[in-house]
Amino acid sequence: MKIHLDTAKCQGHGRCYSLAPELFDCDDLGTAVVVVTGDLDDDQLKKATLAASNCPEFAIVIGD
Amino acid sequence: MEHPPVLDFATDFDHTDEAWVADPYPIMEDLRERCPVAHSERYGGMWAPMTHATVSAIANDTEHFTSRTVVINNGRPGDEAPPAPIGVAPPISSDPPFHEVARRLLLPAFAPRPVNALEGFSRELCNQLLDDMGDADVINASLQYTQHIPVGLIAKMVGLPPEDGDLFRSFVHEIIEAVDLPVEERIERFAPIEAYIIKLIEDHRENPADDLITYLLNAEIAGNKLLDEHVFGTIVLLIVAGIDTTWSAIGSSLWHLAQNPDDLARLVAHPELIPSAIEEFLRAYAPVTMARLVKEDFEFEGCPMKKDDWILLSFPAANRDPEFFENADQVLIDREVNRHAAFGLGIHRCLGSNLARLEMVVAIEEFINRFPKFELADPSAVTFSQGQVRGPRSLPIRILERA
Repeated sequence: MKIHLDTAKCQGHGRCYSLAPELFDCDDLGTAVVVVTGDLDDDQLKKATLAASNCPEFAIVIGD
Repeated sequence: MEHPPVLDFATDFDHTDEAWVADPYPIMEDLRERCPVAHSERYGGMWAPMTHATVSAIANDTEHFTSRTVVINNGRPGDEAPPAPIGVAPPISSDPPFHEVARRLLLPAFAPRPVNALEGFSRELCNQLLDDMGDADVINASLQYTQHIPVGLIAKMVGLPPEDGDLFRSFVHEIIEAVDLPVEERIERFAPIEAYIIKLIEDHRENPADDLITYLLNAEIAGNKLLDEHVFGTIVLLIVAGIDTTWSAIGSSLWHLAQNPDDLARLVAHPELIPSAIEEFLRAYAPVTMARLVKEDFEFEGCPMKKDDWILLSFPAANRDPEFFENADQVLIDREVNRHAAFGLGIHRCLGSNLARLEMVVAIEEFINRFPKFELADPSAVTFSQGQVRGPRSLPIRILERA
């Protein structure tokens, strides 16, 4: 399972990099950036799912 | 201005009505069951969507809805605002494609890293305010604490004299609370605000500083300096959007904790829960309602919207929609899934959301550190603001325990 971030939907609410800073960061405009682009281990998957389920714009999908 | 009381919010909606100001949540719930979009002939025609789906659809539809003015009043942009795409206070009043240009100028200053660098300053400010309360048993948290925190931060970032805090708050009142006045009176009341800001800009031209006004004066779009009305409008925006909003959000958080001793005790014992509690307070007591204007006649969800009808874009209503949130009417400070829309949805996401969150977390941490137990001194004395920003404007709190 990987993190898929739709940068067109991301508006920089910042929920993902607040909740899972080990998986997400932000650029100079505050837009989300995925740090872990490969397959997620169990802990990472849990964190990534939490981040995805708090995104107001539905910009994050966890999938293959 | 005198306006008759609302008898049915579904057909005669008015967000300045006493019942709505006192407690809008049961009205939202009722409207959500009867119609997803309420209507009114007031303010020259207005629609008020009450579900997350309809609020989200409109927030994301810049083709049919314009942000040209975002404060519902008796006038229309032709009366008060410069034409699109810049609008009266860019980028909040701007539509695509200019919106993105104006927004990009400001985003770096409000990104997490520069904002988080203000944490120490915020803590000092909060502690000074707490010190100033002395050993009084009853304090007014709105007047002695919450209203001063955003003023301190915005004054520092924008480059305003912090001692003029009362003046900024009066500006904000004229612009976003006194919305039911006749247009002529609103324009008249705006004159001193305009004069003050023009003088600020002149002062900064002569004495540049490390602040946002100087930044805006030096900024360029495609090699050109910003138009004077762009600089002016953005300063108005930063003052108006940065003060009442966070004042309200911190105030509503304290108002909740003063009435819910279990939540307060839990945060005192587990301060690591404060960030999630803040998100929940933002959801349940979202302070900001935006507005749009209908661009051209358009049917939305069966509603025959006419050009220049207002849309009251209630993020607070979206945040209480049980179709979107589990236990929407309950305040759960450890809510795990919280896609709240307190900072808006779509391209106009609140520019200052990182700053607002920093201020809220620090203000609540420092307050409950100092006062681990408190309650409302007189629930009937709590008053809320009128208009599109909701929060306590008088909040008498009895201190029950000091650290």
